[in-house]
Amino acid sequence: MERIPILKMGPVLLVSIQVDMHDQLALTLQDDLTDRIVTTRARGVLIDISSLEVVDSFIGRMLGNIAAMSRVLDAETVVVGMRPAVAITLVELGMSLSGVRTALNVERAMEMLKAATTDGHPPVDGHPSAGEDTDARRPD
Amino acid sequence: MSPDQPSRIAQFLEQHDKELLLAWVEHQRQSVASRRDLIDEGELREQSQQFLRLLREAAALGGNDVAGPRWEAVRELLRTLSESRARLGFSPSETALFVFSLKAPLFGLLRQYLGTDARVLAEETVNVTGLLDNLGLYTTEVYQKSREAIIASQSQEMLELSTPVVQLWDGILGLPLIGTLDSARTQVVMENLLQRIVDTGARIAVIDITGVPTVDTLVAQHLLKTVAAARLMGADCIISGIRPQIAQTVVHLGLDLTTVVTKATLADAFAVALQRVGLSVVRSAAPR
Amino acid sequence: MPVARTEKLPIQSSEDVVRVRQAVRLLAVASGFTLVDQTKFVTAASELARNTLIHGGGGTVELESLTEGRRRGVRLTFVDQGPGIADVQQALRDGFTTGNGLGLGLGGAKRLSNEFDLHSQPGAGTTVRITRWT
Repeated sequence: MERIPILKMGPVLLVSIQVDMHDQLALTLQDDLTDRIVTTRARGVLIDISSLEVVDSFIGRMLGNIAAMSRVLDAETVVVGMRPAVAITLVELGMSLSGVRTALNVERAMEMLKAATTDGHPPVDGHPSAGEDTDARRPD
Repeated sequence: MSPDQPSRIAQFLEQHDKELLLAWVEHQRQSVASRRDLIDEGELREQSQQFLRLLREAAALGGNDVAGPRWEAVRELLRTLSESRARLGFSPSETALFVFSLKAPLFGLLRQYLGTDARVLAEETVNVTGLLDNLGLYTTEVYQKSREAIIASQSQEMLELSTPVVQLWDGILGLPLIGTLDSARTQVVMENLLQRIVDTGARIAVIDITGVPTVDTLVAQHLLKTVAAARLMGADCIISGIRPQIAQTVVHLGLDLTTVVTKATLADAFAVALQRVGLSVVRSAAPR
Repeated sequence: MPVARTEKLPIQSSEDVVRVRQAVRLLAVASGFTLVDQTKFVTAASELARNTLIHGGGGTVELESLTEGRRRGVRLTFVDQGPGIADVQQALRDGFTTGNGLGLGLGGAKRLSNEFDLHSQPGAGTTVRITRWT
């Protein structure tokens, strides 16, 4: 089944949505991301939507869900590169996505995530704080 | 209308094409309404020639339903002509007269060549009158519509000019709103603001509403929409220029502006904005 | 008003919803819509297509390309034979600040279009028509 690829860069997971997603693909992404946050102990999620020409209420809700779920898992999400026409449309739809942090570009987003992931708060099971690739040390 | 009548006029137009064109152009030239100050004779002749040709072709196809598909080419010519004359400054009557002025020379020729058969002459006169009346009216309609379109686009331009977005400092945009904020204006404001955010990478936008006379529930909604849209682009907004009356209205109407920072003056808002982006203003030397 | 082109698409799967978005976009671009208007209209179409699929149990959409003098437009008619909407007023009501998107997206689709028309009878299906003009 097709999936949106999720890349890992240190403590941050990167997703770049380049296709016009059908609902199932979006739901799969949601699931995949939450899984990966847990398995990689990610502290940040960056979702690049600069290629998306349309974000409807379903995708909008997906973004909101990802932000909320990752927060519960102690990770911060930033949505990057929303196009002006998309922002105007979302607002007209009534979706302000107030629980979702946004950035104009990837650099800004990484700055924001850096602040969130190096807040000195170590992951729950005592592994070294984010910044190091902890995958190498995981037992399984 | 019997089938051979339309083709009769088409035949007539074919036979007397050059003569008719000459008479018609001359007739137009002599009429004050032809506006020789706005259009030269060469162009007038060309338009007239084209019209006669298309008229002939449409008439040959039969029928006198000028709104139908057979007359599309004629309508298109009249549309182009009407729109260009509207732009040139012709009045609606002057534009319609292009078509109506064909009657006199055409009737003259009809009398001259069909004068012996009174019945045929009468039928053709009625036929031609109907056609040209409808075409002339169509020209007026198109003129009206194109004037309306010009006015609409000028309104749009004025709308855009009246909502400038200025850069107050690196990363800080200012949006002084003057006048009422309706939904059409809000669209323009949002588009301008968001585009400037993208262009300048701004992180803060100060929306000053000193020049907005009243803030009611709708205006507040429009403002909040704009703030929400900017936020989706990663920029926070501060609303400044809250007059005491506005503060009262906000409270009385129970408007919820708690999601956005509001300041009384643009200066205060700018100070907050500077702080937010990590800048401060320092006095360099004693003022001269 | 003259209708230049008509196309009818099925809405039976979520891939169909994507196809509808793409077809509407092509039509909007061909009609000369501004970028913002394109985005709004395609988004409205997406909402309604999804409704047709999920609440209507599947259906069709007819895409029409319109001309009225100088302005051009696109009209979409979504039809399903589903359970219908009992309280249309309620369905259209989803204030700006709720933002949790639990509604049927109808209010949103209406705001994103120039013209909106809805006919629904419980047990007799739903027809929603939206039009956008340049």
